[in-house]
Amino acid sequence: MHPTDFSLRGAIEALNEGLVSSVELTQAHLDGIAALNPRLNAYVTVTAEQALEQARASDARRKEGVAGPLDGVPLAIKDLFCTAGTRTTAGSRILGNFVPPYESTVSANLLRDGAVFLGKVNLDEFAMGSSNTTSAFGPVENPWSRKNDPDTRLVPGGSSGGSAAAVAARLALGATATDTGGSIRQPAAFCGIAGIKPTYGRCSRWGIVAFASSLDQAGPVARTVEDCAILLKSMAGFDPKDSTSADVAVPDFAAACARGVKGLRIGMPKEYRLEGTPPEIEALWEQGLQWLRDQGAETVEISLPHTKYALPTYYIVAPAEASSNLARYDGVRFGLREAARDSDLRDLYERTRAAGFGPEVKRRIMIGTYVLSAGYYDAYYLKAQKIRALIKRDFDQAFEKVDAIVTPATPSAAFGMDERQDDPVTMYLNDVFTVTANLAGLPGLSVPAGLDAQGLPLGLQVIGRAFDEETVFAVGAAIETAADFRAVPGLRAGV
Amino acid sequence: MSFTLEGRTGPWEIVVGLEVHAQVTSRAKLFSGAATAFGAEPNSQVSFVDAGFPGMLPVINRECVAQAVRTGLGLKAQINLWSRFDRKNYFYADLPQGYQISQYAHPIVGEGAIEIELADGSTKTVGITRLHLEQDAGKSLHDQHPSKSYIDLNRSGVALMEIVSEPDMRSPEEAGAYLTKLRQILRYLGTCDGNMDEGSMRADVNVSVRRAGEGYRTRCEVKNVNSIRFVMQAVEAEARRQIEVWEEGGTVEQETRLFDTARGITRSMRSKEDAHDYRYFPDPDLPPLVIEQGWVEGLKASLPELPDERRARYVAMGLSPYDAHVLTLEKETAAYFETVARGRDAKVAANWVMGDLFAAINRTRTSIAEPPVKAEYLGVLLDLMQDGTLSGKLAKEVFEAMVETGRSPGAIVEERGLRQVTDAGAIERIVAQVLEANLDKVAEYKSGKEKLFGFFVGQTMKAMQGKGNPALVNEAVKKLLG
Repeated sequence: MHPTDFSLRGAIEALNEGLVSSVELTQAHLDGIAALNPRLNAYVTVTAEQALEQARASDARRKEGVAGPLDGVPLAIKDLFCTAGTRTTAGSRILGNFVPPYESTVSANLLRDGAVFLGKVNLDEFAMGSSNTTSAFGPVENPWSRKNDPDTRLVPGGSSGGSAAAVAARLALGATATDTGGSIRQPAAFCGIAGIKPTYGRCSRWGIVAFASSLDQAGPVARTVEDCAILLKSMAGFDPKDSTSADVAVPDFAAACARGVKGLRIGMPKEYRLEGTPPEIEALWEQGLQWLRDQGAETVEISLPHTKYALPTYYIVAPAEASSNLARYDGVRFGLREAARDSDLRDLYERTRAAGFGPEVKRRIMIGTYVLSAGYYDAYYLKAQKIRALIKRDFDQAFEKVDAIVTPATPSAAFGMDERQDDPVTMYLNDVFTVTANLAGLPGLSVPAGLDAQGLPLGLQVIGRAFDEETVFAVGAAIETAADFRAVPGLRAGV
Repeated sequence: MSFTLEGRTGPWEIVVGLEVHAQVTSRAKLFSGAATAFGAEPNSQVSFVDAGFPGMLPVINRECVAQAVRTGLGLKAQINLWSRFDRKNYFYADLPQGYQISQYAHPIVGEGAIEIELADGSTKTVGITRLHLEQDAGKSLHDQHPSKSYIDLNRSGVALMEIVSEPDMRSPEEAGAYLTKLRQILRYLGTCDGNMDEGSMRADVNVSVRRAGEGYRTRCEVKNVNSIRFVMQAVEAEARRQIEVWEEGGTVEQETRLFDTARGITRSMRSKEDAHDYRYFPDPDLPPLVIEQGWVEGLKASLPELPDERRARYVAMGLSPYDAHVLTLEKETAAYFETVARGRDAKVAANWVMGDLFAAINRTRTSIAEPPVKAEYLGVLLDLMQDGTLSGKLAKEVFEAMVETGRSPGAIVEERGLRQVTDAGAIERIVAQVLEANLDKVAEYKSGKEKLFGFFVGQTMKAMQGKGNPALVNEAVKKLLG
């Protein structure tokens, strides 16, 4: 077996049993990156030397019997997480060669548990996008391709496209990602891997470049549900440096994966049956519910009546917060600075931000500025907040009847890099099944459940109660077991 | 009697409201652990949060919240157990985040009141609209380099209380009295040091004018006035400007102005049309600020005595309202007075503090915080008068010697042999000598020129180098003149 084919859990076991060393594991992944990254463009920065150094140190720790839960496991870090001493770009030109002097809490937690960082992975600029085509460092390619149209290069989804593509192509055993409207779950679905956006507040946001503070949440992507559970256990936890971080205990998520679904009530929201959803996605959804029934769960149709307002609400709240969060990129203290004419401060701002931000980021800054403007605030931002509360209430009421909700993860499989690029609204529709969990702050897991007619992966989403990731993992693992998803992408390391 | 300004067309009333920015006394900033000391090297007290670095998040400083609540309690104001931080968005080089975090819509402190004292002895209540917490910005330095601006972020993120008054003031004097009283309360509470020259306290002055009996006319805001005297000058200057505009048939436009302290006039800074759209919205990095009534009660129980209460106590101790007012203006003065008055006659203590001590402070250019005579020494001096060791005259002499040498009154009395003579026999012997030497005057006295009594007393004191006990000298003169 090639070292890059291990699951994360399998790798930990192999390391523990001495079947493989962290150096071997790390080198195999670095070789894979060297071979495939020029095409996939998943990594923005590869920290090969540092990774091997960490791997050697890990092997030494393991020899001394002091290995942490993730000791020696090579991971990829989304380039939105600040990493001390390693350039952090957020996929934007405006951060220039910004090298943070601090480590984000989530990545620090992974280092604490012994993880090896292979490098920083690509993303949509400032995590704004659903196709990883908005990155200043070029688009990421999905390692999967259509059976009947193998030459069309597909998007990996976004914004965590680099994370998902790297993990799917076996260029990392797992990766950190972030999810503001679906940025973990949609790329995970497009790349045939698992990914969870935990409950808002479960992972600290400290040291993660902010997109929309009330929606952003870090989470893992990995090739199995259990691998996600293992990673989340390390990433999560209360952080006094983040005022929105939740002071709740972090349970053993991996153990929850084996709980089974017997006796659970699973909701199927009727409002998620959208016109125009491909029949194979509808069919997969029904199949997923059947698998759960087969394992002893009860399925119930539920109603989340405000669902249709979720996308417009999201596209008011997220840009509003982003327009303010991104004001700090002004060329004054760090990152890109474009010289001003006549030492004019306003000119410095305009030139720096014009040159530094890409079109999608500019679009969202303008939308956000507009909806917060005097005279429009009540009609847009305030109304969106009210609807957000109603969406949350929909879920509260639903969770009085059910233990988890299952929906499709995306309205389609991965699409071509040149498709859907002309109309931003079409692109925004990618988030239709995922934004609700962000608006309500709930955990959402995407699990690979099947292939479409073109041989592309499709995912199902499991949404749970706040801070009940355990049930989400249990349901996700049950779907995963039944789906027995074994398909692999054409582009992958070790082939 | 209401204050008016006389225009060409008749009298005008002034309407003033103040927004005071008071720097919270705390070791750390409002949302970061960086220090707040004044006068540190530029950019030496800046955390990554204060500099707006990517991924940095604000965490509220509990002590700053406590200080705001204490201040609210001191202003007899409503304490809001639920308040919220909003973002005020605008671009400026010394505003690293691109927004200021401020309690725009839901302040921590609501309505309160301050009673101000006016020169004619009357008092007036000025309403407090609200008090909220917000971050200070950094400082832009434009005079350090011919073509560059420098930024100092030491102040960036420092906690400010913005204290907004009702438009209740009607004269420059009232505005001055309000600011004086507010500063006094803040300093008593220890929630702001009130150092206006260090920028710890600055005022935005809202001024309008009107005819008697009218509703409010358009107001202008004079920004960032940094002394009580300038506030009073700015009120008058801006009111006079507006009167002129109205009287010439013009209209006062709502705008932000600056006070030119050199020329004593206000200048336009930006008009309403140029006003920023600050795009306020709740800061998503901060949950609402929720405090508990029990915590507020705890802060209330540990509040120090406030100026009004202290003044009332002094009056109860027998001081005149004026003396009580003067002694409580600065808490250091009150502390000095209390040390002197402890266990002694309060009125005598007040007279010495307000008379000889204040004069000595003026003369030596010192301050009550570093007084020329220690309060304990002044107390001992009063004791020496009380037990008859020193006469009033000798006491003044000892006091002056204390100012010069800083030594204790006991040491000075011993050293200079200033002890008062209270031996009646010794005094009588001297009086006898004085009478002997002035037989002609004695004869005049006896023939009815009783004014000469003082002459004999004076001659006796002179002969004793002022050390004779005045009462005993009087008695002896009376006795021997028979």
